[in-house]
Amino acid sequence: MVVGKAPDLFEGVMMPELFLADALGAVGKPLLRVHTAGSVGGSTGNVAASLVQSGVHDRVLAVAFEKQSESNAMWALSVPTPFTMPVHAGAGGYFAPHVRAYIRRTGAPEHVGAMVAAKDRRNGALNPYAHLKQPDITVESVRASTMLWDPIRYDETCPSSDGACAVVISAEPTSGRAAWIRATAMRTEPTTFAGRDQVNPQAGRDAARALWKQAGITDPLSEVDAAEIYVPFSWFEPMWLENLGFTDIGQGWKLTEAGETEIGGRLPVNASGGVLSSNPIGASGLLRFAEAAMQVMGTAGDHQVDGARVALGHAYGGGSQFFAMWVVGSEKP
Amino acid sequence: MGFDYTRSLGPTLGRFLSDLRRRKVTGIRGSDGRVHVPPLEYDPVTAERLSEFVDVASTGVVRGWSWIPEPLEGQPLDRPFAWALIQVDGADTSLLHAVDAGSPDRMSTGTRVRARWRSDRAGAITDIECFEISDEPADPPVEADDVTMVITPVNLHYTHSASPTEDPFLRGLMEGRLIAQRCPACEKVYFPPRPACPTDGVPTTDQIELADRGTVTTYCVVNVPFLGQRIPPPYVSAYVLLDGADIPFLHLLLGVAPEDVRMGMRVEAVWKPREEWGPTMQNIDHFKPSGEPDAPFDSYSQHL
Repeated sequence: MVVGKAPDLFEGVMMPELFLADALGAVGKPLLRVHTAGSVGGSTGNVAASLVQSGVHDRVLAVAFEKQSESNAMWALSVPTPFTMPVHAGAGGYFAPHVRAYIRRTGAPEHVGAMVAAKDRRNGALNPYAHLKQPDITVESVRASTMLWDPIRYDETCPSSDGACAVVISAEPTSGRAAWIRATAMRTEPTTFAGRDQVNPQAGRDAARALWKQAGITDPLSEVDAAEIYVPFSWFEPMWLENLGFTDIGQGWKLTEAGETEIGGRLPVNASGGVLSSNPIGASGLLRFAEAAMQVMGTAGDHQVDGARVALGHAYGGGSQFFAMWVVGSEKP
Repeated sequence: MGFDYTRSLGPTLGRFLSDLRRRKVTGIRGSDGRVHVPPLEYDPVTAERLSEFVDVASTGVVRGWSWIPEPLEGQPLDRPFAWALIQVDGADTSLLHAVDAGSPDRMSTGTRVRARWRSDRAGAITDIECFEISDEPADPPVEADDVTMVITPVNLHYTHSASPTEDPFLRGLMEGRLIAQRCPACEKVYFPPRPACPTDGVPTTDQIELADRGTVTTYCVVNVPFLGQRIPPPYVSAYVLLDGADIPFLHLLLGVAPEDVRMGMRVEAVWKPREEWGPTMQNIDHFKPSGEPDAPFDSYSQHL
């Protein structure tokens, strides 16, 4: 059993995995927890996969969860220290300046963020498990919503959700259809260092390069059929499209603007509705991984991408410093 | 720092705490017939969900104990007491609680105890103030409403020991000076300083002083109101790159309308009155525009 959960201070429960041993049926089995902030769900999937790939275990359960209705992430992320000025801005306030830097660097038009938000919320309306279901949302209504952390609007921000995700990772399929794990990658970098690129972090680029190489993918945009990318604020879709190597630097927004990331487009991104439709923080990464698996298993229901055979699951966390990703396919590699 | 978390209790803990409010102790029967107190949600043997509640007594016997000569803040009693594992009558497992024994000489395994109930019961384990050494029968139950949610305050007090690098930085702040460190390998200047360069992994040995002015690399306008906010929104939270530094830090940018803030804007520190200074970055109340022409994009683009 591998458990993933955002930092303890969010819910105020120290080591919740200790209370879950019985509920998870982990009595008499190894139970361990993974900690990598918001990317933890993805890292949990990769750690569980490594336990099977290494031959240590035949079958591993990866579980991740968060109950934001009884937590306070905003407060937990604002622990005072003598060296930093409390600017009282939360996660949105942390990421908004980097979104501004992306827009400044690329000259992307302002409506691209709203396009991502409208698309993901419409997709969420197709997903029975999504927290927010807004089938009638439009780019115009997103642009009309309150500016929270300029340049991030209310409708371009992920909700606070309760949720969980579980994935069984097995050495051989136990029954029915399976998604085959073709590659996994994780990379880390410090939150801050001189010259750090906060818009296009090195750790994300390195993880993606290693992932595509391991999966035998040379042209991700052509060879990947569906992507579940960790997009808690709308602009992170074009930012991560570039970071993951789906497009050249500065070109990610053009793929979004052309509608190519919609279901039916060249690279459907977050057909599930993504983090913008549901954000149980600890589970959000594993949800991306599981949704990618559902796409290649053909079990995604109303948000199924036709003929998806190769899919990406992606998560990032902390100050864009932890990256975890996997590629799954419908065929045994 | 502290925060009041809310907790939904669910069917098992909800029943246990609601009953405590009624001066009743409730256990739950496991698959092997044992009665667990406090009640467990899942069977420790089969992992099946449990649901057969069992009324047990609020009197029992001490199965093990440890003496606490100097109680700490937040403990059940403010005088010396025993932490004890208490098997209440009717239970097969033991409950951890305090015994107000007065002296360790009165405690022994096998000692009979009874619950001393609080008069203002909220639905919490602390509704039992403590146990006391007694052969007397238990207090009778009373009527009370169910409890489904509880508030659990969490408070943390911590002491920070300043490192050799932080020491001159914090002392500098108390004198209105900004002390940075330079990496001897890459020569990047860190403010706030680091004991080691994150890129080269070597100690930062060179101490340098920076002026209190710099450039806004990027920023966000905070429009979100929330608890504990000290400035009414909208206000600007900006990354400030001090002249001579190689890394920006977040601070407040005031004295300018949010719509007039620009990437590249030149700013200077506004210090609090000297008598309010302490070892903290909050000695700088905020930054404000210096009136100089904007810095060109190329001068800070590598710091985004």
